[in-house]
Parts: sequence; C-alpha cells; structure tokens
Amino acid sequence: MSTATTSFFEPASVTSSGRPVLHQAEVECHLLSPVDLETEPTTTATTTINSLDFPALKSGLGILTTHRLLWLPSNATTDSSSPISIPLSSVTHIFSPKKSIKSMFHSPRIRFQVSMHSRSVVVTLVIRGKGDIDGFLTKFWDCWRGRAWEIGNDSGGGSSSGSVPVSGSVSGGGLYSSDGSVRLVGVSGILRKEQEMWESTDKSLQEAFHDLNALMRKAKEMVILAEKMRQKLLSGSSSQSSSGNDEEMGSKEEMQDWLLSVGIVSPVTKESAGAMYHQQLSRQLADFVRIPLEKAGGMINLIDIYCLFNRARGTELISPEDLLQACSLWEKFDVPVMLRKFDSGVKVIQNKSHSDEEVFARIKNLVSKPEALRSGITASDAAMTLGIAPAMAKEHLLSAESKGLLCRDISPDGFRFFINLFPEINSDDIHIELFSHFTQSAIKCQSNLDRPGFKVALRRDDRKRAIQKSLLGLFCNGWNFQPDSDTDPDPGLSSLTLFCVRWNDTDKASSSSAIHYTSTL
Amino acid sequence: MQKLGDFKLPQFFNYPPYFTLQPVRDTREKQVQLWKELILDYCRTQKIFVIGLEEEFPLFSNHLIERSLSNEAREAFLSVLVSEGRAEWLDRGHRKCLILWHRIQDWADILLHFVRDNGFEDSVMTVEEIRTGVESRGTELHGIDRTILMRALKLLEHKGKLAIFKGTSADDEGVKFSV
Repeated sequence: MSTATTSFFEPASVTSSGRPVLHQAEVECHLLSPVDLETEPTTTATTTINSLDFPALKSGLGILTTHRLLWLPSNATTDSSSPISIPLSSVTHIFSPKKSIKSMFHSPRIRFQVSMHSRSVVVTLVIRGKGDIDGFLTKFWDCWRGRAWEIGNDSGGGSSSGSVPVSGSVSGGGLYSSDGSVRLVGVSGILRKEQEMWESTDKSLQEAFHDLNALMRKAKEMVILAEKMRQKLLSGSSSQSSSGNDEEMGSKEEMQDWLLSVGIVSPVTKESAGAMYHQQLSRQLADFVRIPLEKAGGMINLIDIYCLFNRARGTELISPEDLLQACSLWEKFDVPVMLRKFDSGVKVIQNKSHSDEEVFARIKNLVSKPEALRSGITASDAAMTLGIAPAMAKEHLLSAESKGLLCRDISPDGFRFFINLFPEINSDDIHIELFSHFTQSAIKCQSNLDRPGFKVALRRDDRKRAIQKSLLGLFCNGWNFQPDSDTDPDPGLSSLTLFCVRWNDTDKASSSSAIHYTSTL
Repeated sequence: MQKLGDFKLPQFFNYPPYFTLQPVRDTREKQVQLWKELILDYCRTQKIFVIGLEEEFPLFSNHLIERSLSNEAREAFLSVLVSEGRAEWLDRGHRKCLILWHRIQDWADILLHFVRDNGFEDSVMTVEEIRTGVESRGTELHGIDRTILMRALKLLEHKGKLAIFKGTSADDEGVKFSV
C-alpha cells in the first residue's frame, strides 16, 4: 500500500516524533486536521491510471509549508499509509471554491491540479474537522504564488558567490502578516489598534504590508549572512589551526556552536498550527532536545531547555506554560524523551533510556574514594565528576540517598554526603569482630612512615566479606583504607595495602599510631 | 580508641553523618537504634539519670570531627527512648528527660534483692538512707535519682511489699519493708 502511495506522490520524511523534516528555508504556514486527500485523474490526462496509484489518504494531518503540501497519517504506528508530500511547484492550478447549496452540507473541500511525472491529476483536500478553511486557502494561494522554492534555490547558490539576490517582484512573501488574525493583548493589542488605523485607508495598508514584506526579505538576508559567517569561521579555523592558540580556537568553536544553535527554521506557532499547537510543539520539542540532552549526559533541567528552545525559536517565543504542556503531552506520543519530576519538585527532561543505576554507580565510585570517605562530597564535587549542573547533581545525590546509598552530614561546613555505612555498623561491637578477623589471619605489619600505609597479610581462607567488614571496622574508627587495587578485595587475596588517614589529621604521627593500633590487635 | 572520661566510645562515633538526623527511613531507623543504645550505655556506666536538652551533654558532640547533634535530633532520639519506656519527659516542654536504663520494674527488683541481701525484710529505712546510706554503697542503688526511687517504691507499695509514710522531717519519707 505504502509503495503504491509513493508511485505518484513523493514520500515525505518525518522525525522520530512525527514531525515533518523540512527542507532548507522551508517554513510551515498552516496545519489542518483531520483531512482526507482524494485524487481524481483529469480526463485530458493519460488514460490508464491505476487506482492503486492513488490510495485513499484518510483523516491525516495536512501541513502547508512554503514549499510543499504534506499529508501525514494521524497515527504513524497503526496507520499503514506513509507520509506524502506534494511540491507546490508542481501545482498548476488552484480551483476557486464552488458556492452551492450542496457544498453547505458537504465537508469543505479545496481542489487543485497537480502535474508531476508528465501526469496531471486533480487533488481534493477534504477538511473533515473544524478548521480555518478560508485562512488555509489564503495561505495556500500565498505560498503557491510566493514561489519560495525558487528563492531558496537562488540564495543557496548565491551564498557561495557572495551576492545576495532579492527578487523584488514577489508579492506574496509575507507569511505571518497577511491574514491579520492577531488575537492577543499587550504589544499585540497595540499592534491591532495600529492595524485598525491602517484599515481606514486602503492605500496606507498596502504600503504597510509592503514594508513587512521587505522586512521578511531582509530577515532572509540575515540568515544568509549568518551562514556565511559560519562558513568563514569554519574555513578560517582550518587554515589557521597550526598558528592560532587554543583559546582563540575555543572561542571560535563556541561562536560556531552559537550560530548553529540559532536556527529552528520553522517554529510551530499558534497561528500556523491552531488547535494542534501544543501537539505539534510537543513533537518539535522532542526533536529539538535530542542534541542538548546528549551534551548534558541524558538529563537536562527544564529551565535550561526553556532558554535553549526559545533562543532557537528566535522571535516566536513560547511561554513556560506552553513548554510544560508540550512536555506533558509526550506521554501520549512515541518519543524517546520524557519529563521527570524529582521529589524536591525539580523538573527535568531525560532520555527514556537514561538509567539512574549508571549514575548511582558513578556516585558510589566517587564517595568510595579515600578523600570522600574521610570528609564526604558536596553537590558541586558530584557535579564536576558527573559533568552536570550542581542543582542536577544534588537531585542525583538526594535520590541516591533515598535509595540508601548515601547519607547526609549537615554541619557548619555545609551539606555533605557520605557513603551510607549505617547498615554495615554492627551495634554489638565492631571492635571485637575486627579483632577476631585480624587475629585469625596472620598479620604482618610493614611500617613505612614516609608513606602512611601498612600491609596486612591475610590467610587465603579469609572470606571477602570478612575482609570488607574488617576494613569497615578500621574505617569507622577513624581510618581510611584503600585496597591494593581499585577493585574489591577478592576472596583469594593474600595481602592488602592499607593507607591510613585519620579523620581530621593526616600527619606522620597519626600514621605511626596507625601501625601501633593494628599491631596491638 | 576514643574515650569520654572512662567510657569507650564506639567506632562509628567519628562518622560525621552519625550526628545529622537522617531523613531516609531505613537509614534513620538504624541511626536511632545506634543512638538509643549508646545513650543508655553511657548513662548506665556514668550513672546519669537526667539529660537536659539545653545543657551541654558530652555524648551529643564530638570535638574531634567538630560535629554535634541539633536540638531537633536530640529530642528525636530521646523521644524514641520515651516511646519504648526507657525514658520519660520530666516536663511538658520536653527540656528534661529522665533516662531509665533500668525500667521501673527492674529497679523495684533490684530494691527487693538489696533488701533481702541485707536482711532488711522487716526494717524501716528512710528514702535518703537507701540513696546515700552506707548499706547501699557499692550497689546500683547508690546515688539513684529520687524520682526513680520513689516510682519503684510506689510500685512495690502497690504490690504490698512495703509501706511509705511521712517521716519526722518534712523533706524525707520512711519506708517500712514487709517482704
């Protein structure tokens, strides 16, 4: 079925979250759902048209862009039809809507002629749901006559040669301005008042739109300029890489990153998406967060995403409320990211594949280091090790604490975390246990005062657990230990080197007392 | 081994989180358990009967690691002792706590043993004599808190083992044993 669909129409690619993949400089203008796409061969065209070439495309999402008309199945997982696209360049005629009594009872339809692959068909767009049909038709006309695809091709070639062509004859370049359907207060309200003034004189209105169109064209120039700057930086860094110092290189790379992250070319707006605004925004956000999420190690603060997303959108800013709503809609879609709320109320975005276990393992590793055993770790220590923001690191530490991995220490020094030894503490008396384990083993102490450490030889039959408990006993009494290797002492181990550092004093005197301490055992 | 006077402190006394009230349930339970045992152990060996929350109490701070228990933590640990019958608040404001390292019933048994061992089965003693007299010297009763002693005596009176009566001086009471 899907192969048949593509025989006439071009297939359209979509992202994993179901958003269309747009071409360069392509901008979405209007969305309608649900719509059917019906095709009927024109009588004058080729006589043998296989009905399989034109399967019924029922109740999907219709997206009008500056370059194409896209039809996406409403549910990608269950629908057998695949997304298709009709380039506006192949539209040869748009029929005016027929006004008849019959049409009042029908679903609204928009008919247009498409000729591709030396065949010509009449396509009917049937709008099943409620939607701004007139608005859609106006946009359709605007985009079709705007011939954005031609401008895009020209400027693509022009950026390399350095000249910026501006086609002055284009009348329908204005995408967001021509319908005047501003429904907002505040600055927008003032704009609307302004507009009402304009409407009093038809002539000045025309002029005003002319200005806006000019502005839009200027915006395009700016994009081309930014692209050129990036190209220049790229070529510059490669040629000067031998002479330029690292700092300069760093700032250049940063600059490139900025330029690269500026563009969401076609942000989903309330105006273009209408009732499907949040749904489409949600999908676009899911696509957008993938890269920042990768950089942040699988989890990112919602506030950070809010900033990044809005910066990428440029002027079409969204409110925090919209962002939250977009995130909460992810549950309904098949997207690889999710919104997570920590017990403390902090909200983050994380990959579905992100596992706390991995983070916990790294935290455990961190708190098991000799220095951390002695004085604990702070959120910023964890942040540096994990390469994430301190606020996020604290959330990880708190959840590790609630899992019983860590415990807290609040003192005038601040809020620190220690490895949780409470379950290991034997309240009867560790001392006795330690004593018995060490006396059962043949203990040989090798004193080395230069390096505060001593070697304990253990008999082969000592169990791993026993060794650990013994070490723990030492630790609890104010000594830190570090086995020979970073791994746990293995059951067949014959000797361990213990580096002893006493809490709050690390001088030689304490190391000598360390040796004294064990030899009394 | 760190010591507090002649009291041997446990190993975990130098573990800084031991001095911060742990919010996680399992960890807290273990912490409370350790503190309970340490407080009772310390009070028994040092013959301490009353802990004042606002007064300096050597067990509640560790100068070596510069940590001390917050008032909230102190009250939390003592409250657990109270709920298990091993301590009692002496005032409504929870500022003073009576530590019962022996329960009242156990104190009463100790008292009976003392009476039998010394042949006081039908004798008369004053309360002060029991606490500070020559006979009790060397026993656990020596220097016992008056409140605890009176509670133990009342328990035995209730069982008919003795009778308490007003003594000649206003501030002392007599006890007539009839074991």
